[in-house]
Amino acid sequence: MRWTARDIRSLGEGLVYLAPSLVLFAVFVFIPLGRTFYLSLFNTRVTGQATTFNGIDHYLGLVTSPTFQSGLVATGLFALYTVPVGIALGLMLAVLLNQRLRGINLFRTMMASTIAISAAVGALIWNLLFNPSLGLLNYVLSLVGIRGPEWLIQPGIAVVAVSVTTIWLTLGTNIIVLLAGLQGIPEEIYEAARLDGARGLRMFSRITVPMVSPSLFFLLVVDTVGVLQVFTQIHLLTRGGPVDATRTLVYSIYLDAFQNFQFGYASAESVVLFLLVLCLTVIQFRFIERRVHYQ
Amino acid sequence: MRRPLRPRTAGAYALLGVTAVLIAFPLLLALSYSFMGASEIATFPPPLFPKAPNLDNYAAVLASIPIGRYLLNSFIVSTAVVIGQLLTASFAAYAFAFLVFRGRNLLFFVFLSTLMIPWEATIIPNYMTIRSLGWLDSYQGLAVPFMATAFGTFLLRQAFLQIPRELWDSARIDGASSLRFLRTMVIPLARPALGTVAIYGFLSTYNQYFWPLLITNQTLMRTTQVGIAQLRDEETLRWGLIMAGVIMVAVPTLALLVLGQRQLIRGLTAGAVKG
Repeated sequence: MRWTARDIRSLGEGLVYLAPSLVLFAVFVFIPLGRTFYLSLFNTRVTGQATTFNGIDHYLGLVTSPTFQSGLVATGLFALYTVPVGIALGLMLAVLLNQRLRGINLFRTMMASTIAISAAVGALIWNLLFNPSLGLLNYVLSLVGIRGPEWLIQPGIAVVAVSVTTIWLTLGTNIIVLLAGLQGIPEEIYEAARLDGARGLRMFSRITVPMVSPSLFFLLVVDTVGVLQVFTQIHLLTRGGPVDATRTLVYSIYLDAFQNFQFGYASAESVVLFLLVLCLTVIQFRFIERRVHYQ
Repeated sequence: MRRPLRPRTAGAYALLGVTAVLIAFPLLLALSYSFMGASEIATFPPPLFPKAPNLDNYAAVLASIPIGRYLLNSFIVSTAVVIGQLLTASFAAYAFAFLVFRGRNLLFFVFLSTLMIPWEATIIPNYMTIRSLGWLDSYQGLAVPFMATAFGTFLLRQAFLQIPRELWDSARIDGASSLRFLRTMVIPLARPALGTVAIYGFLSTYNQYFWPLLITNQTLMRTTQVGIAQLRDEETLRWGLIMAGVIMVAVPTLALLVLGQRQLIRGLTAGAVKG
C-alpha cells in the first residue's frame, strides 16, 4: 500500500501525541533491553563499560555455575510456595467476603489492606514476627506444641519465611481480583445448580471454581511474574542467604552487578529473567481465551 | 424494627471478624509495638498490647533519622511521577482512542509490549543511563524513568472510547483544536479513570525500594522505604522504634487506600475480568 500525503500527515499528528511516552519507553525500556543483551555478550569493567567481546561465554558460565543453578531452584521453590497458597487463600477469603451482609465493606477493606503496604514495610514487620526470641510466631507455635524454627537462619526454612511474607503482601490484590470474579457470576447459575441438588463443596468445585477460572489464571501468571521480580523482601530478610538459599534470579542480578561489579555476567542473568517473564506473558495471551471458561 | 441476628449471620460475622483481624494482625501488632518501651517488648510471652502506651518511639525516630525529609522526598517523587504519567498517558490514549492513522495498532502493541519487560531485567543499563546523566541522588533520577505508563494508557484509552464519537465530530466541525477538545471534553469525562491512574502511580512509586536504594547515596535524598530499612540496620533490635518508623511510613498509603479504594479496585480488576 502506498502512503499518501494524508496518511503521513495523520501519522505525524498521532506521533506528536505518542511522542512523550515513546521517548520515555525508548530511553528507559527498549534501549536498555537492547543494551542488556549487548552487555551480556561482553566482558565489562567494574564501572560497567563493555571491553572485549566474548560471545556466549557468560551464558555458558551460567549453565555450568552451581550458584546459578541453585538460584533457579530457589526461585522455583519461592514461586511454588508462594503462588498456589496465595491464590487458594485469596479464593477462600474472597468467597467469605462475597456475602450480602451489612457492613461487609469494612471487612473487605481490612482484608485488602495489604495492597497499600510496601514490601519494605511488610518485610520489616515480618522480620520482627520471625524473630526467634521476641517474635510472636514461634510463641504461638509453641502454644500448640510446635518448636518454631530459626526462620531466617535455616536454609530450607528461609525460603518459606520469604514466601510467607510475600503471600501476605499479595493477599490484598488476590482477594480483590477474585472477589470481582465472584461478583461476575450470575445468581441464576447458582439457583439452577441448587435445583439440581448441588450444595456446599460440590457447588464450589463445579460452579464457583470454573466460573472464576479467568481470574485464577490471570493471578497465576501475574503472581508468578511478580514473584520472579521480588527483591525487597529478600534484601531485607535474608540478603540472599543463608548459603544462597534465597538467592533468586533477581537477587543474583543485584549481587553480581552491584556488589561484585560483574555487569556482563549479571546482564546474561537479566536476559534469562526477561525470557522467563516473556514466556509467561505469552502463555497468558495465548491460552487465556482457550483453556479458561468464559461465559 | 430490627430483626434479631440469626445464628447463621452471627456465625458469618464472627468468621469475617476473626479472619480480618488475622490478616491485619501484622499491621496491628506493628502499631501496638510502636507504643511500647524496649523492656516491655523483651518480656516473655511477647505482649500484645502496651501496658503504658507512649510516644517515645516516635520521638526517637524523629531524633535519629530525618524522616520528615524522607517523607517529603517520597511525596515529591511520587507526585512528579503521577503528573508525568497523567500527561503522557492522556496524550497517548487520546491518539489511540480518537485519531485514525496508519500504524496505530502496531504502536499500541509497542506500548503493551513494555508490560512484558520486567524493570529488573533492564536495571543495569538504566542505572548507567542515570549515572551518565548525572542524575544519581536526584529527584529526576527517581521520577523520570517512571513517567510513561502502558497500563495507564490502556486504562485511559478504554475510558476515552466510552466518550461518544459525535462529541469529537462536532468539536472538529466547530474548529476546536485537539488539545482544546482533550482539555475541555475528554479529561472531565474521564475523571474516574484518571483517578485510578493517579492512585496507582502514587502507590507504586511511593512503595518502591530497589531503584531508590540503587541510585541514592546521600542521606538527604533517601526515600521513606530506603530510610526505614536503614533505620532497622542502624538501630538493631530496637523494635519499638523500628515499628514506629514503619507506621509513619505506612500511614500515607493506608490513608490513600481508604480514600481511593474504589479507584484501586477498578484498576486491579481491569486486567482480570473480561467486561
